[in-house]
Amino acid sequence: MGGTSSIPRWADIVLLPLLNLILAFLISGLVVLMIGENPLMAYYAIFYGAFGSGDGLGYTLYYATNFVFTGLAVAIAAHAGLFNIGAEGQAYVAGLGAILVALALDQTSVFLVVPLAILGAAAFGGMWAAIPGWLQAKRGSHIVITTIMFNFIASAAMIYVLNRFLKPAGSNGLESRVLDQTAWMPQLRLFMPGFGFSPVNLSIVLALLLLVGFYILVWHTKFGFALRTMGKNPLASRYAGMSNVKLIVITMAISGGLAGMMAINQVLGLNHRLVENFVAGAGFVGIAVALMGRNHPVGIALAALLFGVLYQGGSEMQFVMPNVNKEVVSVVQALVILFTGAMEGLFRPSLERLFAGWGGSGKAEAIARTTAGSES
Amino acid sequence: MQRPSGAAAANPPAIELKGINKHFGPVHANRDIDLVVERGTVHGIVGENGAGKSTLMSILYGFYTADSGDILVNGLVQKITDSRHALGLGIGMVHQHFMLVDNFTVLENVILGAEGRFRIAPALHKARAALKALAAEYKLDVDPDAIIEEISVGQQQRVEILKALYRGADILILDEPTGVLTPEEADDLFRVLRTLREQGKTVILITHKLREIMAITDNVSVMRQGAMVRTLKTADTSPGELAELMVGRRVLLQVEKQPSLPGKPMLEVKKLTVNDDRKVARVKDISLTVRAGEIVGIAGVAGNGQSELLECIAGMRDPVSGEIRLAGDKISLRGDDGGRKARLAGLAHVPEDRQRMGLVTSFEAWENSILGYEYTEQFGRGPFLDIKAARAHAEERIKTFDVRPPNPRLKTANFSGGNQQKIVLARELGQDPDVLIVGQPTRGVDIGAIEFIHKQIIAMRDAGKAILLVSVELDEIRSLSDRILVMFDGRIVGEADPAKATENELGLMMAGIAATGGETR
Amino acid sequence: MDWPTIISILAATLRFATPLLLACLAGLYSERAGVFDIGLEGKMLFAAFFAAAVAAVTGNMWLGLLAGLGASLSTAMVQGVAAITLKGNQIIAGVAINMLAVGLTTFLGQSWFRQGGRTPPLPQGGRFLPIQLPFAAEIGQIPYIGPLYANVLSGHSIFVYLAFLAVPITAYVLYRTRFGLRLRAVGENPKAVDTAGIAVNLMRYKAVVVTGLLCGLAGAYFSIAQGSGFGNNMTAGKGYIALAALIFAKWKPYPAMFACLLFGFLDALQIRLQGVAMPVIGQVPVQAIQALPYVLTVILLAGFIGKAVGPKAGGVPYTKER
Repeated sequence: MGGTSSIPRWADIVLLPLLNLILAFLISGLVVLMIGENPLMAYYAIFYGAFGSGDGLGYTLYYATNFVFTGLAVAIAAHAGLFNIGAEGQAYVAGLGAILVALALDQTSVFLVVPLAILGAAAFGGMWAAIPGWLQAKRGSHIVITTIMFNFIASAAMIYVLNRFLKPAGSNGLESRVLDQTAWMPQLRLFMPGFGFSPVNLSIVLALLLLVGFYILVWHTKFGFALRTMGKNPLASRYAGMSNVKLIVITMAISGGLAGMMAINQVLGLNHRLVENFVAGAGFVGIAVALMGRNHPVGIALAALLFGVLYQGGSEMQFVMPNVNKEVVSVVQALVILFTGAMEGLFRPSLERLFAGWGGSGKAEAIARTTAGSES
Repeated sequence: MQRPSGAAAANPPAIELKGINKHFGPVHANRDIDLVVERGTVHGIVGENGAGKSTLMSILYGFYTADSGDILVNGLVQKITDSRHALGLGIGMVHQHFMLVDNFTVLENVILGAEGRFRIAPALHKARAALKALAAEYKLDVDPDAIIEEISVGQQQRVEILKALYRGADILILDEPTGVLTPEEADDLFRVLRTLREQGKTVILITHKLREIMAITDNVSVMRQGAMVRTLKTADTSPGELAELMVGRRVLLQVEKQPSLPGKPMLEVKKLTVNDDRKVARVKDISLTVRAGEIVGIAGVAGNGQSELLECIAGMRDPVSGEIRLAGDKISLRGDDGGRKARLAGLAHVPEDRQRMGLVTSFEAWENSILGYEYTEQFGRGPFLDIKAARAHAEERIKTFDVRPPNPRLKTANFSGGNQQKIVLARELGQDPDVLIVGQPTRGVDIGAIEFIHKQIIAMRDAGKAILLVSVELDEIRSLSDRILVMFDGRIVGEADPAKATENELGLMMAGIAATGGETR
Repeated sequence: MDWPTIISILAATLRFATPLLLACLAGLYSERAGVFDIGLEGKMLFAAFFAAAVAAVTGNMWLGLLAGLGASLSTAMVQGVAAITLKGNQIIAGVAINMLAVGLTTFLGQSWFRQGGRTPPLPQGGRFLPIQLPFAAEIGQIPYIGPLYANVLSGHSIFVYLAFLAVPITAYVLYRTRFGLRLRAVGENPKAVDTAGIAVNLMRYKAVVVTGLLCGLAGAYFSIAQGSGFGNNMTAGKGYIALAALIFAKWKPYPAMFACLLFGFLDALQIRLQGVAMPVIGQVPVQAIQALPYVLTVILLAGFIGKAVGPKAGGVPYTKER
């Protein structure tokens, strides 16, 4: 992911993702057109559904909160050169950490339950990511494969735990008992009635704090420096004496912990109980968010908001346009991942040529690089 | 192989190049190259790193296409567009890094690209017979069913030669073939090359080792900075003349320095044994001492354990046995944070391969100027990184070491090789270490920077540091070192005084033939 | 557990192993050529959907199969362009393909058929029916041994036999033909292949085509042979199990067959064991059996039992120096 580029920074950060996004929208528009509906109407419906009402906005922000967490999770791993496909499973397992704390303490006080539930979620999610990290660092297992496998293992394990331990007697659904109100993450509508009945809650503050924290951690701490060194050149980090094993395990633990915050938003903020498969793909959206956001907190915030809009707007669109299924949103999402993550080569070479044609610094830099490359 | 006949082309040269030019961006890698290689000769091409030898041969082999110029093979002009075409013309190449599939058998590798139609069994059968014949003809014995990754490097090289011969190669290009070989294996190779010549084949040998040129070639062409300087009969020249032609002026690389005043032992290595990644012992029971204020140079052919020795002392590779003492204290550098332990103990390390190891090329220069020291308090209190301090530090380092362009915010990949090396040196020298270990300090570095780098190393010595230097450039070792240790096959086989030892004596020791010292003080 | 139960578990094992095996062999071609493919799942899903959709509309199973193959092949080509020509990240390409498949099949299914994403049940002639092997009825009369032939080996759709036939064919192609030699070489050391005068990227495209076709078969099996019609996310992660099997088999054809049989058997077993109390251990948590393929693969990858090392050039696009 990423790498050196000879196009200006702004083009790399803004123009390229934008072009990819436009292409993704164009293609999904074609798909909508294919079933005989008007894509412009669909886009409008999505936009209106996401921003047209306080409820809609609240839901948009609620989804965006989820995606900030999972996006940060994927991004921190990416900075260390690790591809964490397991945010889905990590968030799921983190749900267990959150609910166990909440179930045990939901008669006490929100000031006790919420912080401890956050810790519980972080610990469980972090642990679920640290194991593949350790296996990669110590045993050389490919982290991509291991995290995929851990998603499935998490899914099986969680069903077992829900079924065997958490499901109240006599209940049919695969879910825990409902938490006492004290354990609920306070929703913003309590202070801001404008949000209607939407579930956007204080987790969004946590998300904002973590965005800032992420920036500081990656670019303004020694740990972040080591992390980025390993991500770009693991031999250099070994040379520098940063323990790669420690770095990988800690980074993955942080990554899993970040993914786990999604459980706070959902379990404590919306469902108020643990529901089977509550993550519902948010972990994978995190990949799209991190890719589009260029692993930078500002980008991640914007990309998360975009996907929040798509998710909320997509559900609303179904009511306006019954023929257009909200799954079109996952089509957009998949295409964004495809274009920004795997088809960089689509636009980049022509952009490079374009900017080289303009002369200026881009060209000089390109020349300097070829010189440096050929000399060694 | 069909040969052009007729009186006019009765005996055309095997290869003739006329006015070959090749640019890589702004770099003029080959300029107006003319070259004639007579059939049935061993033709050497010498030049420094970056002189354009490999580029020229890659053009001949169809890996690159020339911007302009003609290639004549056996007297006929050819446009060689790809390797397959070159093979068809009877040109085979043995690359510096072997082009073998590691988990294939020798036979499978030999037939790759010449497998016949659908089933490979007939081709395998044919190749087995052909290999037997070739083995008899050229004394190139290899087990056809051996797996590549299980045979020695020398054997692998034979497979490469066999591959080319099997395809009917008449003209064989070898790119730095002895770099990875033990002296015995190299002798073996030369024997094979002589046999090839006797059988009428043409051999082009690319090397920067003059000894090899003198030993085996009939003619030799010298390249410098992309241009062909001269072609000579080997019998009519001398290593001295060739060296002069290669470098362009009589540089004896004699750095001005005072006699050393060694102080107390700073770095002591005792009975050290180190394995490589495949768990093969590469450093065998080595002991050595470096005193304050002296430079100890380790000479040797690449691949005789020098890299593993350096990496072990720098904390990047755990020793199997033995101990390392710094200023008399035994230290342990085990674990994958050994590099930091070494730095904490006052040991700085300029690695052999700066781009692979010593730098993050996509980082800005200032980030690389704190790499390995970022955890120290000078670059931020506690867990935080003080970017301002780091950049100020980088700025000062860049100025002191005359890094160009002097811009700490520039991406490291955009600096030239010499300036990248200066960034590494500036960083490692700047932390006032007690012991400095330096590997290949001037590899791939332009001449101007070489002098500067050498001066800096001498200055460190004069400041009382203990310096261990590893280089495959014998001249560099001789001009910088106060004492020379010669390493061969994982052992120190001799010690020499750089002022007295001749190149010949050192060469014999490096080849494992003569030993004078053995153990050191 | 009595004999008839064992027989029916074994028969189910073959049925469950079939799509795994087809997908696993599909992945083998790609990955042996150096192109990582975690998009097996997506290609199967596309194939399953389009096979069922076309079969449902035309009533012709062959047209259905053709549509399935076409869908999977086109998807494989998209992945190929991303991974080979554009030198993109192969893992991300796979993730995207899988996501795209789930979204697009549900979306199109709902829009075209209005049955909650399902395709209509297949009409007569739209589905591949079980094939009775010769003398199945007669041999089935023989006690104990008979049912092994009549009920385990006989009575499957053509896909099952094709899948198992594909194993020796793959082994032959891989180890005894020019195509196989070059395929393996290109996944280990593409530069060596290039210097031997063989086009690396073309070779990889060929491998990706085979992968697409085999995934197409696997997907079609789900919707127009094993099942009758497409259901939402019908492949249910089987593409990932196939990937696990491929690693488990260390990228070799015969071990791949055994791995798929093992994972198919676990699948058959867990369905049998659902809600059944076993002596001594009591009720077996089926989730434990479901998770077993993944757990085994993790353990193998970690080198606790043997060591799975993939093709050396896997995941790395080939750039020719110029």
